[in-house]
Amino acid sequence: MNEISLATLFFAAIFTNNILLTNFLGLCPHIAISRDLKSAMGIGAAVVFVTTLTSVLNHVIYYNVLIPFHLEHFRFIIFIIVIASFVQLVEMTIDRYFTRLYVVLGIFLPLITVNCAILGISLFMVIREYTFAQSLVYGAGSGIGWMLAITLVGSIREKIQKHPNLPRGLVGPGITLIITGLLSLAFMAFSGMIQIQ
Amino acid sequence: MPVLPSNKEIFKKGLWIENPVLRQVLGICSTLAVTNLVVNTLVMNAGLIFTLVMSSWTVSLLRNYTPDRIRMMVQMLVISSYVIIVDIFIKAYLPDISVALGPYVGLIITNCIVMGRCEAFARLNPPVPALLDGLGTSLGYSFVLLIIAVVRETLGFGTILGIQIMPDGFVKWTIMIMAPGAFFMLGIFIWIVRSFYPQIYEEKG
Repeated sequence: MNEISLATLFFAAIFTNNILLTNFLGLCPHIAISRDLKSAMGIGAAVVFVTTLTSVLNHVIYYNVLIPFHLEHFRFIIFIIVIASFVQLVEMTIDRYFTRLYVVLGIFLPLITVNCAILGISLFMVIREYTFAQSLVYGAGSGIGWMLAITLVGSIREKIQKHPNLPRGLVGPGITLIITGLLSLAFMAFSGMIQIQ
Repeated sequence: MPVLPSNKEIFKKGLWIENPVLRQVLGICSTLAVTNLVVNTLVMNAGLIFTLVMSSWTVSLLRNYTPDRIRMMVQMLVISSYVIIVDIFIKAYLPDISVALGPYVGLIITNCIVMGRCEAFARLNPPVPALLDGLGTSLGYSFVLLIIAVVRETLGFGTILGIQIMPDGFVKWTIMIMAPGAFFMLGIFIWIVRSFYPQIYEEKG
């Protein structure tokens, strides 16, 4: 078992091992949706919510169902089904009971199923053998880290998009990747503080 | 009724004109992470090509039997099954690389390109064009990432496939093997290609 204190793991997941900036997970929605700050925050919030709960759910299923029945190889299928059905469930619940929240988060929820960060977090949790509490903290921390990264890039893009001198080839994905690279460089400064593996 | 494009055109479209990385910037997450070594990239690309070709073909074969409402779930299951085959194969025959790739093999499932081609092409077309579309798209994707991997390994380690090619006095660019290097490389590559071919890769909206 892994013996990292929960607080360390939480900060490491947000800053030193940021899921987007060091592990490249969740890049597609990151490039497509970071056009402005408001949508970036919307999808960020949805991701935090889903990662936290799916990592816990997958942890319970992996150690209580898959391991006892020796079905570890099927974890990809099981995890993706859990994530897809969980997202569907959340979408229906929000639509039914929290209409105002649905207007903000609703359109982003279906996109989350194919966000690699969600499945990636569950797979990292299995490979690094996190305990139940560690999975919860890791899921929440990674989600918050992803939200932080997309919010930062979203707000920078909002400003830079209006810049008239941007070379034509760089408009859109090109400049987004370069901004992300610079942010990733900045986040590397945190890496001396904590190391997790 | 629109004229169906020939098989050759379908293949070419996936490979270059509709290149998934350059045009749509999709599906880079799972593979960009392993572009610091050429050998890892090759294994990962082979896995992706296998998954995309076989899933496109299977989804296309099943297209008349799949109810529309559950098609996403069916596609997800088809893709995951092939990814499991890839994962077991790499674990069995290339155990060292399997450790280096870590969770990224499993993440081929959520690679947007696989799902994207099944949804946009394979479920509407017969098996042979679907197979060619999958092959063209995955090769187009692989060659872009391979270029990035070659540059990153050359500058970061001074080697290609582990064989030293830079002179002895060469100072390694450590930044290239770390995460920011990959972001900069892909950004610059997209910039170069889009500047040379603005008519193909025009940004919409």
